[in-house]
Amino acid sequence: MANSESKAKKSPVGDFFRALGSDCREIGTTWAEGDGKTKLSFLIFGIGPILRGRALVGALHLALEILLIAFIAGFGWQYFSKLLTLGTVETNASGRVTTYGDNSFLILLFGLLTLCALAALIFVWRMNVRENRTEELLLKDGKKLPDNHTDFLSLFDSHFDVTLLALPVLGVFVFTVLPIIFMICVAFTNYDATHQAPSKLFTWVGLKNFRDLFSFGQDGFGSTFLTVLAWTLVWAFFATFLCYFLGIAVAMLINKKGIRFKKLWRTILVMTIAVPQFVSLLYVGKLFAPDGLINGTLLKWGLIRSALPFWTNPMWARITIIVVNIWIGIPYMMLIATGLLMNIPEDLYESARIDGATPWQMFRSITLPYMLFVTGPFLLTQFTGNLNNFNVIFLLNQGNPKSMGMVGGAGGTDLLVTWLYKMTINDTNYKMAAVIGIMVFIVTAVISLVVYQMLPSVKDEEGFQ
Amino acid sequence: MNEKTSSMKQKRLIGNILSYILLILISLIWLFPFVGLVLNSFRSYRPEVEYGGMVDYLVPKHFSLDNYRFLFSGDTNYLRWYGNTIIIAFFVAALQTFIVLCVSYALSRMRFAGRTFLMRFWLVLGMFPGFLTMICLYFLLKQMGLTQAGAIPGLILVSVASSGMGYYVCKGYFDTIPKALDEAARIDGASRARVFFTMTIPMSKPIIIYTALVAFMAPWCDYVFASYIAFGHDKSYNVAVAMQRWVWTGDYQGYFTRFCAGGVLVAIPITILFMLLQNYYVEGVTGGAVKG
Repeated sequence: MANSESKAKKSPVGDFFRALGSDCREIGTTWAEGDGKTKLSFLIFGIGPILRGRALVGALHLALEILLIAFIAGFGWQYFSKLLTLGTVETNASGRVTTYGDNSFLILLFGLLTLCALAALIFVWRMNVRENRTEELLLKDGKKLPDNHTDFLSLFDSHFDVTLLALPVLGVFVFTVLPIIFMICVAFTNYDATHQAPSKLFTWVGLKNFRDLFSFGQDGFGSTFLTVLAWTLVWAFFATFLCYFLGIAVAMLINKKGIRFKKLWRTILVMTIAVPQFVSLLYVGKLFAPDGLINGTLLKWGLIRSALPFWTNPMWARITIIVVNIWIGIPYMMLIATGLLMNIPEDLYESARIDGATPWQMFRSITLPYMLFVTGPFLLTQFTGNLNNFNVIFLLNQGNPKSMGMVGGAGGTDLLVTWLYKMTINDTNYKMAAVIGIMVFIVTAVISLVVYQMLPSVKDEEGFQ
Repeated sequence: MNEKTSSMKQKRLIGNILSYILLILISLIWLFPFVGLVLNSFRSYRPEVEYGGMVDYLVPKHFSLDNYRFLFSGDTNYLRWYGNTIIIAFFVAALQTFIVLCVSYALSRMRFAGRTFLMRFWLVLGMFPGFLTMICLYFLLKQMGLTQAGAIPGLILVSVASSGMGYYVCKGYFDTIPKALDEAARIDGASRARVFFTMTIPMSKPIIIYTALVAFMAPWCDYVFASYIAFGHDKSYNVAVAMQRWVWTGDYQGYFTRFCAGGVLVAIPITILFMLLQNYYVEGVTGGAVKG
């Protein structure tokens, strides 16, 4: 497997066409050398296996063909045929009579679904051709074909993966893949508040939205996008590494020799993981509000004259959020670090101590390298997770304070994802939300890929087995 | 020599005292919000007694159970929201765990065409922000009649449908179970399915509990999607959506203390459950962190 992987890396495009070529050749030989049953199967899927006594396999292919063709012809085609224009007939409301025209949303969604159905049909056809070929070759060798009973049982043995994965893969397709393809397409349309289906049509606009994102004029998204992106990266950096190092520090503090009630300290910290975040974060958010407990107390004690702008000044809000996030992040890191720290051989420290190393030196040359090595992948997932850390930002202050200088309702602490959310919910600016979504994907993917290549512990997946 | 050991002892003592002071300080900071939450929940919201919004003192002037009484009275759908969340959490935990187990076993133990492709494809899919697809999912669910009044099954469906992608921790665990065990059983004539159900699953208790626990806790925090799907239909809210509204829009009508009471009632069972299963959780996150 490793071999084919390295080849794919060399030239994935060339590899693809080579595979396609050999596939076509195989189809050709299947047709040329095939008997009547096989040739019939090219049109009526699975008829070959049925005639050869494998009713179950054949019936499955046939059923899929009928289902897919019925879906495409009976339902999907009317949408698929309009996919290039996304509908031309406007909904007309004259007086009290409303004549509904084309619904661009439905056309796009079901058009894409039909496209997927077509791809599935081709795939099933290919499987069906291959099935015939395999059967013929087996018969030519004088071997017997497996009977229906064996075929059925293989679903729980040699083909158990099909049984296990069928439902999850289908679920991911309908509720993740299809919506994502749909939203990627929306990024190339003008679907927004003024083009709402079903009353209005929307249509393809090419790269216009992406040009808008990088335009720096009065209404352009350019400067807002860069501000939000910069804050997203800064936030992810601080949220990840502050929690990481402080978490290790707290874990070491609790692990320290001579400290008692270790379990108690850990339990207290773990409370923040146990209590649902919407309870704790909403409360903490209110603690820092202008009329909240902290400001109230400081005012009462006469330490300040007016409320500190924890949430109302962008810079204050950013720092407050990072600080509160430490409160959430430390326990989590502490739990992980506790177990890992115990794995470090004690004699390493022992010999370091004999050589007269200070605790700081020991931390720097024993603890830290070890931790960084084992938790490399974890740090990466934490970082990308923080890029998309919706809950902390949104529950604490909803990405506020809003600023006049920013478009799309963005606020000082908005991450790309919370901005995306606001544009979807408040502005119904779906096209720009989709563009932002693609940008989030690109940022995440680039960071992941670059860092992933550098991690030693992920290169050898089978190494653990 | 004697002097040196005693000075070292002294140093260690000072170090320990400092550590204890630090730990106590940390504990105070970490517990403060929870103490505040509980104290606030005992402050009455009735204007003749006390104000139910935000105030600048921590300990209520009068101890009262008004907030709790309000939650259980018929004036609010709180019990209904609570029930909704329990139903969602329960179904999501059960179904999601099952799906994750299936996917993990297939990816860990079986080698089939497209396996690496599937894993990479799902990895790439996971890089898209979840909220991107919100409107599309809303529409899909609407077509099935699973929004507003039907939001509860809709939420379960969405959470469960894509759960196959979260197989990493569980697959990592399966990878550590020696393959030789499987092979021995298969030589004795056991089918894959038999191995899966009678060997692998019973051996995976920690990871099953971890997966179920995480899946069970997630719906309690699900605000974004739940509020979008249940939009405007009060009876389909879950606690997170409802409490959110109390804090953000109801705050100045004195709903803050009622939110505290509602939050306390949510937090207590979840916290107890989590504390009981803490060890499994630690094992899961540590394993997941190391293997990525």
